[in-house]
Amino acid sequence: MREFLLSVGYDAWVLPALLIIPVAGALLLLLSGSRSAREPDADQGNHSARMIAFGVLVLEFLVSLGLWWSFDPASGAWQAPVDSAWIPMWGIRFTLGIDGIALMMILLTTFIMPLCVLGSWTSVTTKVATYFALMLILTSGMLGVFMARDMFLFYVMWEVMLIPMYFIIGIWGGERRIYASIKFFIYTMLPSLLMLVAILYLGIKAGDPATGTPNFSYDNLVANPTLAPAAALWLFGAFFAAFAVKVPMFPFHTWLPDAHVEAPTAGSVILASIMLKMGTFGFLRFALPLFPGAAMHPTVRGVIVTLSVIGIIYGALVAMVQPDFKKLVAYSSVSHLGFVMLGIFALTLQSVQGALMIMISHGISTGALFFLVGIIYERRHSRLIDSYGGIARVVPVFAVLLTLVSLSSIGLPGLNGFIGEFLVLVGSFKPYPVATTLAATGVVFAAAYLLWAIQRILFNPLDKPENESIPDLNWREVALMTPLVVVIIWLGVYPAPVLRRMETAAQALVTQVEKGAGLPASAPGPRIAVRAGAAR
Amino acid sequence: MMLLQVASQAHPLSGTVAEWVWLLPVLPLLGFVINGGLALLGLRANGDARPAAGRHTYAGIVSVVGPLVLVLSFALAVAIFGAMRGAHMEAPFIRNYFDWMPVGDLQIGAALQLDQLAMVMVLVITGIGMLIHIFSVGYMRDDPGYPRYFAYLNLFVFFMLVLVLGANYPVLFVGWEGVGLCSYLLIGFWFSDKVNADAGKKAFIVNRIGDFGFLIAMFLLFAHVGVLDFRGVEAAAPSLAFGGWLVTAICLFMFLGCAGKSAQIPLYVWLPDAMAGPTPVSALIHAATMVTAGVYLVARSAFLFSMAPVAGLVVALIGGLTAIFAATIGLKQWDIKKVLAYSTVSQLGYMFIGVGVGAYTAGIFHLVTHAFFKGLLFLGAGSVIYAMHAAYHHTHRHEDAQDMRNMGGMRRFMPLTWVLMWIATLAIAGIPPFSGFFSKDEVLAAAFTRAGQSTLADAYLFGVPGGTVLYLVYVLGLASALLTAIYMTRMMLYTFHGSNRTGEGEQQHLREAPWVMTGPLVALGVGSAFAGWLNLPAILPLGPRHTLDHWLEPVVGAPTALTAQATAGGGEHSAGMEITLILIAILVAVGGIVYAFARLKPERLVPKADSPEDEGFGLVLANKYYVDEVYDAAFVTPTYQLSRIFLWKGVDTGLIDGLMVNGTSALARGLGWVGSRLQTGATGTYAWVLVAGVLAVLGAVTLR
Amino acid sequence: MLAESLAISAVLFTIGVVGVLIRRNAIIIFMCVELMLNAVNLSFVAFSRYYGAEGQVFVLLVMTVAAAEAAVGLAIIISIFRHRQTVNLQNINLLKG
Repeated sequence: MREFLLSVGYDAWVLPALLIIPVAGALLLLLSGSRSAREPDADQGNHSARMIAFGVLVLEFLVSLGLWWSFDPASGAWQAPVDSAWIPMWGIRFTLGIDGIALMMILLTTFIMPLCVLGSWTSVTTKVATYFALMLILTSGMLGVFMARDMFLFYVMWEVMLIPMYFIIGIWGGERRIYASIKFFIYTMLPSLLMLVAILYLGIKAGDPATGTPNFSYDNLVANPTLAPAAALWLFGAFFAAFAVKVPMFPFHTWLPDAHVEAPTAGSVILASIMLKMGTFGFLRFALPLFPGAAMHPTVRGVIVTLSVIGIIYGALVAMVQPDFKKLVAYSSVSHLGFVMLGIFALTLQSVQGALMIMISHGISTGALFFLVGIIYERRHSRLIDSYGGIARVVPVFAVLLTLVSLSSIGLPGLNGFIGEFLVLVGSFKPYPVATTLAATGVVFAAAYLLWAIQRILFNPLDKPENESIPDLNWREVALMTPLVVVIIWLGVYPAPVLRRMETAAQALVTQVEKGAGLPASAPGPRIAVRAGAAR
Repeated sequence: MMLLQVASQAHPLSGTVAEWVWLLPVLPLLGFVINGGLALLGLRANGDARPAAGRHTYAGIVSVVGPLVLVLSFALAVAIFGAMRGAHMEAPFIRNYFDWMPVGDLQIGAALQLDQLAMVMVLVITGIGMLIHIFSVGYMRDDPGYPRYFAYLNLFVFFMLVLVLGANYPVLFVGWEGVGLCSYLLIGFWFSDKVNADAGKKAFIVNRIGDFGFLIAMFLLFAHVGVLDFRGVEAAAPSLAFGGWLVTAICLFMFLGCAGKSAQIPLYVWLPDAMAGPTPVSALIHAATMVTAGVYLVARSAFLFSMAPVAGLVVALIGGLTAIFAATIGLKQWDIKKVLAYSTVSQLGYMFIGVGVGAYTAGIFHLVTHAFFKGLLFLGAGSVIYAMHAAYHHTHRHEDAQDMRNMGGMRRFMPLTWVLMWIATLAIAGIPPFSGFFSKDEVLAAAFTRAGQSTLADAYLFGVPGGTVLYLVYVLGLASALLTAIYMTRMMLYTFHGSNRTGEGEQQHLREAPWVMTGPLVALGVGSAFAGWLNLPAILPLGPRHTLDHWLEPVVGAPTALTAQATAGGGEHSAGMEITLILIAILVAVGGIVYAFARLKPERLVPKADSPEDEGFGLVLANKYYVDEVYDAAFVTPTYQLSRIFLWKGVDTGLIDGLMVNGTSALARGLGWVGSRLQTGATGTYAWVLVAGVLAVLGAVTLR
Repeated sequence: MLAESLAISAVLFTIGVVGVLIRRNAIIIFMCVELMLNAVNLSFVAFSRYYGAEGQVFVLLVMTVAAAEAAVGLAIIISIFRHRQTVNLQNINLLKG
């Protein structure tokens, strides 16, 4: 497979192609949309818009899937690299490339996006072509963030991602969509601007002193750190602000419940599955490698670890008392992403790998949860947990899926959620035993809030007459959920291929940050020599 | 070096039927897939999504597939057992099937480990599991959720086998949580009742609290020992500091997990509620197998627990306290399944006394005999409930089919069940020669002996010498034995003796269950009667002695010897002492039964509906010491209210979102409002301000 | 000569300013603005006698702008009148914050 892919030059064109395909699809949609809007038969036009969007994103997924095989897990170099001049006057280049971390994030994105089209098939009925065009542009933006190796290109992609989501929430959202979308936009935009300033500072500082041309190359910045500790701390602060809001870390999380609740189903899914990962990805790719000294400063690290642990417990406790299921899932994201942050800042190979696994499996499980909420919302037009009860008898397939996905979110061993949580905790325990112990109580609360919620939705007596005639999942919805369920089980039972693909990048990150921060290299666990006499 | 040589030699089991060990769990998994598929197919077959009342479309196939996979699994287990008997293996047989979590120096494989201890558990699980599956065919066949029921039951066996066959702690944990999941699903099997759904949720969450401890134990192991597979930890354990904080902490956290899974104080509260599930489930999961997983874990980690005498004391003390605590509650329960549930909690306490004092074989022995007689008791109770249900169903009355006050005199209608239940009762009460006598005696004798001389006796628990603690544990165990005899006799008297209180019309419909249900009862009855022969004490010249001791010697022999501070096989205590202990135990058991016969008068009972409330201490017991209420008031409600009022409404909506986030935007808007006051909208004003400004600037420039 | 010209220009400009400030009618205010422009033009022309032709260039520029301004400004005023039947600026305060 790998040989075949390389023989068609896959490595050379795949990343630009992944960026271009959705944009081209969006143009196609807008052209066809403006034509069909004039036709009397709008339904026909909407249908073709859905088909185009789905087709484009499936194609995107298939193209990206080749990366799974073409990627060389052992190599520490950027893979599928692309490098060309973009704005030479300011030293801005169009540089793409992926490592194991970006690989899995890209595959997660291209896997989720076609499902989002399926999930919006019937729930979006107005301005359908525009909606899907925005989703396609969003895809390019998100993929660009994962691929960019030029700081400026990264920033452009970072903002490209923001705007379509603003419109998706603001136009197709729920009742308080204007409030939610503006909150989302301003909340994430403001710290992003701080990050822009920091990027400009970095680029100019690293520039050629003779010509004054800035240099935004990520590799150069990582390889040649020139910052004074105080400057590094300020710049880290700017990056931290941008990423912490996106994660979202406690206490910068309050945009999330509003955005999730008001966004249309696919919007919630994209937000939870992919966009939240931008924050943690940013920490892994930029904030830590660029400013290892500042990030690993004992106080900074201590504060972030503390906030992560607070986020884990706080998110779970607040999730427990939510009357609105979407809000419950939103707060559960705060809790899950707390585990990711703990894993990243504990900075051991296991904890970082675990953080990456949670990023992937949270994307799958929470995405699936939002799809399921969307499915039931389309039927009953209520997200309130109390408007259900006992519906497992009416919609058994839905009940099976909701239970399975909830269990995966709870972190039941054998399903995907467990792997990441276990690795994060087992890896973080050595540097932070107390924090990790507290974080581990999160597994109890997670069981409490989700099981209680699904009990009130699926079980208990079927006492509301309007719930007695809810139709079960149709074939489109089954087709939508099946890939998610397959991945949930696959990642739980056999995550080794994924872990192996990320290991080189995670190890490189840990080593580089430890070296940059002047920390002692984390030795492998204290293996007690197996004595011959001790073995029976 | 030696290890390498040992590893490079072919294992005696390689190439034998033991290579098929993976099939043991896979067979029930296959059953789960088939039955689960049929359950979902059934929905389609019924046209609309609602399950029709009455027998399921695919009940016929399910009745074959469900038990068949267990029969095959059991047959395979027996074959592997045969291979093991001939192999004389010293090291466990380990097969790594694929890498599960390979991350740097944490290498966790999906590996199975077959050794003598695992084999005992496998035989119990598949053997008794098979009988209970067959029983379920009769008990559950007419339930609309029949395929779902068998799917869960098969899945449970799968996870239980993973639990006992896993070669490292994480794989064991997969089974550990998996059985918890199945327990959750089966307790809430009739989920349309809030009580059942609540009970399932409670079981899962309380178990999770225990699992938290188990996780911490694994983290400690990885952080300080560096490995998580049993072989590796076992090899490293002797080099840990004996009785040091690390090994003690690991063991105590692990025991927290055991307390959750095996329903020990303070986490026992879920098990009585778990009786909301179908009765065969109570027999299989909440008596014979799953709840004993904690005992298995301690025995499996004997190499750690033997290094931590303080942890051993805690385990034994908690076991003893749980035994007597649950036994007292059992005295006053009216629901026949609740009596058995508290009895299970109490008997699990005995097992923990056994493994806590380092007599791992005794603990496992009691686990095995308990699986037989408690399985029999639950299935017998199931038969009775089945008959009661059928009777009430005929007459369309809605009375409590599980309340003993509604039973009475059942021996006339169900003689076979009556006889078998008496066998089980005598076994659990500890009357020789039934199985429970031998295992319980061994546990108590071990506690007594260890109190005299062992590493535990030399240790201190909160300043109290270990010997004193163990004598206390022995007394607690003895007292529980007395109570056990009393409450079990009470249950038998009220259920089977005296006159019938079910009702005139109902009596005609009370009858013995079909053969598919009584068959397994008979098999379990034989086990309950004779399982004691597995491990006869040395002083009884009845046949092969110490069979189980010798069988488990390669696994737990060294830790046992370490705790007992004696070489394996050496004389532990004198024959005279042993006989005295046995006589005391018999005396206590007989005394309990005689007391119950003398004091309890089943004739005086009236049906539940007419019964008065309990008074005084009886009321406290009937209400289980109000522990659930205390937990609710102390933990559940405060957590909920704290989360709701303080964290959500206060901190989240109020402080963070209200004050900080929306506060910032309000501040910006406020400043904008102040600025906008300057905008009168009247052009004239602007012009005046403009002129004034120009004059001011000109003046400033000119006058400077 | 220059002083006299500048004096007249200043007087004219002041009249314009005062007119803008105290009158309410939009058209009169508009005329006063024109008056101010022409006062400036006068100064430019006066200066150009002493300092070269650049002043006259500016005058032409100002006249062009004034013409354009008159066209646009009068159009706006007419449109306001159509909407509100008045050109009194006191009644036109939509920009009030």
